[in-house]
Amino acid sequence: MIGVELRKLVRRPRTWMSIGLLALLPTIVAMFLAVRDVAPRPGTGPAFLSAVLDNGALFPAAALAIVLPLFLPIAVAVVAGDAIAGDAQDGTLRYLLIRPVGRTRLIVAKMIAVGAYTMLAVVVVAAVAYVVGTQLFGSAPLPSVSGTELSTTSATLRTVLTVLYVGWSMLGVAAVALFLSTLTDSPLAAALGAIALLITSGVLVALEAAAPVQPYLPTRYWLAFVDLFRDPVLTRDLLRGTALQAVYILVFLSAAWANFTTKDITS
Amino acid sequence: MIRTTALTKRYGRVTAVDDLHLHVREGDRYGFLGPNGSGKTTTVRMLLGLVLPTSGSVELFGERFQRDALVEVGALVEGPAFSAHLSGRDNLRLSDAAGPGGARATRRQRVEDVLEQVGLAGVDRRPVKAYSLGMRQRLGLASALLRKPRLLVLDEPTNGLDPQGIREVRDLLLQLNRDGTTVFLSSHLLSEVEALCTRIAVVDRGRLVLQDDLSAFQALTGLVEVRTPFAHRAATLLGERVDDLRSDGLLLVRHDDPAALNAELVGAGIPVTALHAQRRTLEAAVLSATGAGSDRVAAEPAAKPAA
Repeated sequence: MIGVELRKLVRRPRTWMSIGLLALLPTIVAMFLAVRDVAPRPGTGPAFLSAVLDNGALFPAAALAIVLPLFLPIAVAVVAGDAIAGDAQDGTLRYLLIRPVGRTRLIVAKMIAVGAYTMLAVVVVAAVAYVVGTQLFGSAPLPSVSGTELSTTSATLRTVLTVLYVGWSMLGVAAVALFLSTLTDSPLAAALGAIALLITSGVLVALEAAAPVQPYLPTRYWLAFVDLFRDPVLTRDLLRGTALQAVYILVFLSAAWANFTTKDITS
Repeated sequence: MIRTTALTKRYGRVTAVDDLHLHVREGDRYGFLGPNGSGKTTTVRMLLGLVLPTSGSVELFGERFQRDALVEVGALVEGPAFSAHLSGRDNLRLSDAAGPGGARATRRQRVEDVLEQVGLAGVDRRPVKAYSLGMRQRLGLASALLRKPRLLVLDEPTNGLDPQGIREVRDLLLQLNRDGTTVFLSSHLLSEVEALCTRIAVVDRGRLVLQDDLSAFQALTGLVEVRTPFAHRAATLLGERVDDLRSDGLLLVRHDDPAALNAELVGAGIPVTALHAQRRTLEAAVLSATGAGSDRVAAEPAAKPAA
């Protein structure tokens, strides 16, 4: 069943369209930067972008920072929100279940397919950004945010960890959307619900009055991957972010499983 | 093959299926008949484990319902459904790969076999979204046949088919039944059930109102229908035995032996153009057992003002 879900994912035009668009956005930004040679002033615009003109190897991290606030979570929410609700809307869900495919088996396969899409999207964005960045801006030894110089091995390792951290954060989004996907027969409603949660979280993170709840908001530590490029790495927020997302993933995937295995399929 | 005991499903205050006792025997062609909204689909979904009963139980193949038993069941529920951007063949292959009981090596052959069975062998690589309703219906049936099921559960299987297609599907079901497949057919179309089934259950508003062999519904009424150009002379001749003389000239006679009645009329010089023993119709039995269709929503009678 896992193979079947992965095959469906790979054969779906939407998968490649969305990943293509995700990779396209940072590429457009890079082209403007390269042509006009005007970098955002340090401290403005997405993280790392001001430094990219001098060093293309930093562009994968910059590209992730560009798609992270909106584009990437929306793509993930749409795909994860479609997981169960999309099959329910098409009517194919009932045929899968009477094939018979066990409900636990099915939802685990869906989780794996959604996770694969999420990681694939993050990796493709980073890989395309690496190629575009080094071609347009050349590569130089990576300076850390703290000002020291990073060895190539250390820089590569930090970029890989960035990809993993962003991917892990997106899996949290995927878990929420997947849970909502088991609640409704409308994939649009599931995706919208997850996006609404992220927007609410984004607003509260920026609101000083909401300080007491901020450590528990899903988007609170998303940008902590910037700390990976400090020397030494500042791990406090990274660890908190990783742990918080783990809780979101665990809670919402369990809720998705519990709801899906006991519900009446009336679609 | 199927036995339900006091099967009940409530949604909040609405009882969709109420204390249903169904019994489908091996080899039956079982017609599950009822007006729209009478709980047929909810019942079918409970038989297949999609909807969990509020109370009561379902037995498949003589054992308490287990999901694994569904390997031997093929089903079509509320219309076929496929991934619209894939071809029919690809859909069947994915569907076959999703479930247990089908070896990978023989998958291609299985898919070709069922396409052949439902008359889609020549289908090309067009995606399912380009299929007509009838082709989708056939593809749905093909999918149900992938595991050579012992039991077929079909909900409105001829929906969207033209008369020729309906005939073909019926012939296919008869053929499968002859080869030992039990068929459970849920439909609101009396004619379809009457043409195919050997045993019939009628539900109305979630309750079973009739369950019997088709022949029992079509018992002789003891009347003989006679047509003759001289209906009044015939009526006079038969006297007391005449049950009714309709305005269209149809004469209904209480008589056990149509042949003897014919001889008597002809002997008296009355030509007979048509004569046959009257049977009850399934339609009459169903209509007398069910009320108005439950999708008909009548206004509540106005409450009397308190005196």
